[in-house]
Amino acid sequence: MKLASLFSGGKDSVLGLYKANTKHDVVCLITIESENKESYMFHTPNISLTQTQSEALDLPLIKVKTKGEKEKELAELKQAIQQAIDEHQIEGIVTGTVASTYQASRVQRICNELNIWCFNPLWQMDQLELLHDLVENKFEVYIAGVFAYPFGEEWLGKTINSDTIAKLKQMQEELKINPAGEGGEIETFVTDCPAFKKKIIITKYSTEYDNYAGVFNIEETKLEEK
Amino acid sequence: MILIIDTCRDKDSLHALEFVRPITDILTECAMVHFTEITTEIINAADKIIISGSPLKEIGYSDHLKFFNWIKDYNKPLMGICNGMQIIGMTHGCELKEVTEIGPTTITKLRDDPLVDSLKKLEVYELHNYCINLPDNFKLLAESDKCIQIIKHKEKSMYGTTFHPEVMNKELITAFSEL
Repeated sequence: MKLASLFSGGKDSVLGLYKANTKHDVVCLITIESENKESYMFHTPNISLTQTQSEALDLPLIKVKTKGEKEKELAELKQAIQQAIDEHQIEGIVTGTVASTYQASRVQRICNELNIWCFNPLWQMDQLELLHDLVENKFEVYIAGVFAYPFGEEWLGKTINSDTIAKLKQMQEELKINPAGEGGEIETFVTDCPAFKKKIIITKYSTEYDNYAGVFNIEETKLEEK
Repeated sequence: MILIIDTCRDKDSLHALEFVRPITDILTECAMVHFTEITTEIINAADKIIISGSPLKEIGYSDHLKFFNWIKDYNKPLMGICNGMQIIGMTHGCELKEVTEIGPTTITKLRDDPLVDSLKKLEVYELHNYCINLPDNFKLLAESDKCIQIIKHKEKSMYGTTFHPEVMNKELITAFSEL
């Protein structure tokens, strides 16, 4: 079955795409770029770089910019999915939703209205298991934003590996943070995984950080053959 | 051992990660079988059985009911989730009716019962385009403003939930495993 990936460029959407590709064919990406930093559905740092990721994945990208007004952005998502149906003959979409019933139910409703399949292969997945899944499958995942105590500036630009998972697990046990950032504690950016035809190399970046909130701004990249 | 029956259309489907794995993750010990591979031996070996839900677009289970003929005579604890409850209802003579609920919904508790009383909250996660009426010999334990939500056989530990407890009400699955 041909699928479109609802794609933010972070670990969850890329892992969802990767798992979907084991059973179906992901043929395009859909990115909603929200100007509203409070958007519950779509906001994430470095969302503008999904174009680079689409080139690395060698998949076409349908990108819609939205002002992020609450229910209007859902109508814009529905239009984007309709575009994927028209241009790429998709029969379903795949998301990286893990626990958000807010996101999941809205996407399910849109798919139901359009009479297409909705796949959520990470649904209700244990967050530490998800992080280990990334490492085992050789994903290169950068921490692109931190938004909660006790994350210090040193977390910006770290990659997810067994050491960072151990620290996140410890923070989960001591401070009850969500280790995979399901509560919005961290945002991520994927530069490589088995689905990527080329690897993204970050050549220039900057960081902003204040009071346990910070962003790793990826300013320049290049693609490298694998 | 608790047996989980995967009711997604295809065996080893991507949707099993969404409708079956969240149930198995709650339980400490369980086995899984696709509905097309159910045998009398597998059913008899289980101490309890949970029949999973399936995606919104998967309908037409009346064609597959031959795999579930054993339900009417099953006397050990059994729970059907969403599509699983519809299957229990259809094996007891019910027909499907179109009722859509998607997302968090509040249900109303109507009767005390070990499973209903295990719920920490009455907000539940719905994902269905169809529902059943209350089958004969079942009692209604909870409902939403649109349809029946938790049913139980009058004489057996046979339950059905229209909502998906594996999402927002994991304690209900645990309570079932402890019956």
